[in-house]
Amino acid sequence: MGGPLATAATEADLGAARTQMALSLGWHIVLACLGVGMPAITLLAEWRGHRTGDRNYRLLARRWGRAMGVLFAVGAVSGTILSFEMGLLWPGLMGTYGQVIGLPFSLEGIAFFIEAIFLGVYLYAWDRLPPVRHMLTGVPIVVAGVASAFFVVTANAWMQQPTGFDTENGRIVSVDPWAAMFNRATPPQTVHMILAAFMVAGFGMASVYAVAMLRGRRDRYHRLGFLLPFTVAAAIAPVQVGVGDWAAHFVADYQPVKLAAMEGVFHTERGAPLHLGGVAVDGDLRYAAEVPNGLSLLAHWDPNAEITGLETVPAADRPPVNAVHLAFQTMVGLGFALLALGLWLGLSWWRRRDLPRTPWFLRASALSGVAAVVALESGWVVTEVGRQPWIVYGHLRTADAVNPAPGLVWGFLLVAAVYAVLTVASVYVLRRLARSRPVPVAPQESDVTDYKVV
Amino acid sequence: MTLAQAMLAVLWIGISAYVLFGGADFGGGVWDLLAGGTERGRPDRALVEHSIGPVWETNHVWLIFVLVVTWTGLPSVFAAIASTLYIPLTLVALGIIARGAAFAFRKASTEPWQQRLFGATFAFSSLVTPFFLGTVAGAIASGRVPPGVAEGDLLSSWLNPTSLVSGALAVGTAAYLAAVYLTRDAERGGDTELSERFRRRALAAGGTVGVLSAAGLAVLRADAAGLFDELTSGRALPLLAVSIAAGLASLALLWRRAYVAVRVTAALAVLGLLWGWALAQYPRLLPGVELDDAAATRSVLAASLGSLAAGALLLLPSLWWLYTTFQREHVPPRDSEK
Repeated sequence: MGGPLATAATEADLGAARTQMALSLGWHIVLACLGVGMPAITLLAEWRGHRTGDRNYRLLARRWGRAMGVLFAVGAVSGTILSFEMGLLWPGLMGTYGQVIGLPFSLEGIAFFIEAIFLGVYLYAWDRLPPVRHMLTGVPIVVAGVASAFFVVTANAWMQQPTGFDTENGRIVSVDPWAAMFNRATPPQTVHMILAAFMVAGFGMASVYAVAMLRGRRDRYHRLGFLLPFTVAAAIAPVQVGVGDWAAHFVADYQPVKLAAMEGVFHTERGAPLHLGGVAVDGDLRYAAEVPNGLSLLAHWDPNAEITGLETVPAADRPPVNAVHLAFQTMVGLGFALLALGLWLGLSWWRRRDLPRTPWFLRASALSGVAAVVALESGWVVTEVGRQPWIVYGHLRTADAVNPAPGLVWGFLLVAAVYAVLTVASVYVLRRLARSRPVPVAPQESDVTDYKVV
Repeated sequence: MTLAQAMLAVLWIGISAYVLFGGADFGGGVWDLLAGGTERGRPDRALVEHSIGPVWETNHVWLIFVLVVTWTGLPSVFAAIASTLYIPLTLVALGIIARGAAFAFRKASTEPWQQRLFGATFAFSSLVTPFFLGTVAGAIASGRVPPGVAEGDLLSSWLNPTSLVSGALAVGTAAYLAAVYLTRDAERGGDTELSERFRRRALAAGGTVGVLSAAGLAVLRADAAGLFDELTSGRALPLLAVSIAAGLASLALLWRRAYVAVRVTAALAVLGLLWGWALAQYPRLLPGVELDDAAATRSVLAASLGSLAAGALLLLPSLWWLYTTFQREHVPPRDSEK
């Protein structure tokens, strides 16, 4: 109103804003997964310890509780940064559509309150409450953690399948917030993410103990520390493959351009092959191994189904193929590798009630946490980069949503420096937490009660 | 009351809770910074850590609540504030992450050099974060955030007399509230020497905040005359009077060592100022933008307010339980159980 018109953001500023968002989201999502999955696994250990009286379980629960205290604190603040960045970087999105996706965020706020309140009680009142009541204070943390994951992902699902609003001349005139929240992308995307959170937490926790066992600490404490979270994650892995298939069908039906980028399909065809590997060069996918009719079969349950190619939309509306294709292949490949690892343990357990004898199993398990995180990040690259150039699919371009104020590049450099320090400090502190106070071979009651939680 | 007014009231309740609870956590960090050398400051730092440890994450959620309610209820206002004030808000965000992470890291570390490093980070960011938040409030109060995306001046919008004085006031208020709360915490812990120290700090901080508030009014008169008139002679005057009376009563109560009662009056003094500002500015949110121009559609307001009301049924008893759990003294386990 009277002031100078904001000029469009430069390419560099847009790139900086996107990289900053990717960095802070990609960072927070790891913490968020641990925040969703770890309380449940910790509670499971505490419950087993209570039922069986096994001190190893109880000491594990305390140790995990302590790590949770650190992770939750860092996750709480790294999540806050995201709320800020929604406005700092994407005012064009929030100014218009903030109200459409406001409801799930309000609900998430309530869930997050519940999570923080009960985590405070769970961690700090461990010795003040009788065991059963203490475990009960952990239940709301699990429920609220899963619920907040659900609510936040519905907002992202809406960006993939925007619905529940009417616009006139670029202004929102009516909104159905419930329809926006329960859009078509919500069911597959939320389930896929919540399961992924448990896999990241489970494999991540297990890999810490796999490393310890490789170093020769094979006592019951370390075995349980490995087996409990690993079993949770491995049990979810096959379900996740099915849910991933559901999510892919959804993309095939409702975001065909994203599917074309995921698979490197440039030209619409029937009986499209599944591409393994390959690089997109000059509008063609080269050097890929092909499974004949595989893509049509997997995407539509019909070997001759038509797969829409990238050529159906103008070049300016296409997502970058190589990043999306590579990320998708990485996610799927690692997902199946984690599934195989779980089956390996299952087979060995069924045969002789023990871990596989070869050290290669523990070596692979030691990497499973990193693999789960890489798969998670790849999945988000597919979802987010595959949606480009849109921030709200089909309605608003990312370039039109970014803050036009100059200097976003400098903000990004500052944020990147802070995150670099934060990463180093977090890894350092967590490694120290894992190593300090070496666990006795046979924990005594005093080891359990004297272990300070926070 | 319209739905938009209700949403604005909910927003202001969130801001009030964040200032009273989250603000005091920042203030704890300020006292951590001023506690002196490692040895001399040990009991003070231990008290701060003990008091804010179980509750700071919950208190911090109020900020997220405020952000979410703003973008849901007043999307264009949120976009205008965030885009024009992106420099101080980025600094706030970085301060928040440094403070929260360093607080957790300090707790988890054992070696003195680490505790000092993380402690210094925690304390320093506790000082600068409320300052930048205060400059944001000053920018909005003095009408320097125009509607639209990044339409305001990126620097002078928050580097101006009103912003600077509100930044200082935010730091002072945080330190004051923290000192008042910690005085009682120290007394309950049985440490008279410590509670006396925090009582002196509370008196000094209270006096400083009083002087800063007076200076703030003088600055407003020159820098944002409309707001000043509403505060000093308009409908916000009663709230300003409440704030001043409660502030003076707090000093008297501190003097008489009524540490529980002073918690109420200190909070009232801060609330009077906050709600006085809101009332003085209502219904203008940004220059040329009134509440009804900016409010989200009815269906959004109804759904969000309904959800928040339902959520409050879960939330309020839980919050009550959290605070009362840690305001009771902990009876350590009997020796036989060790």
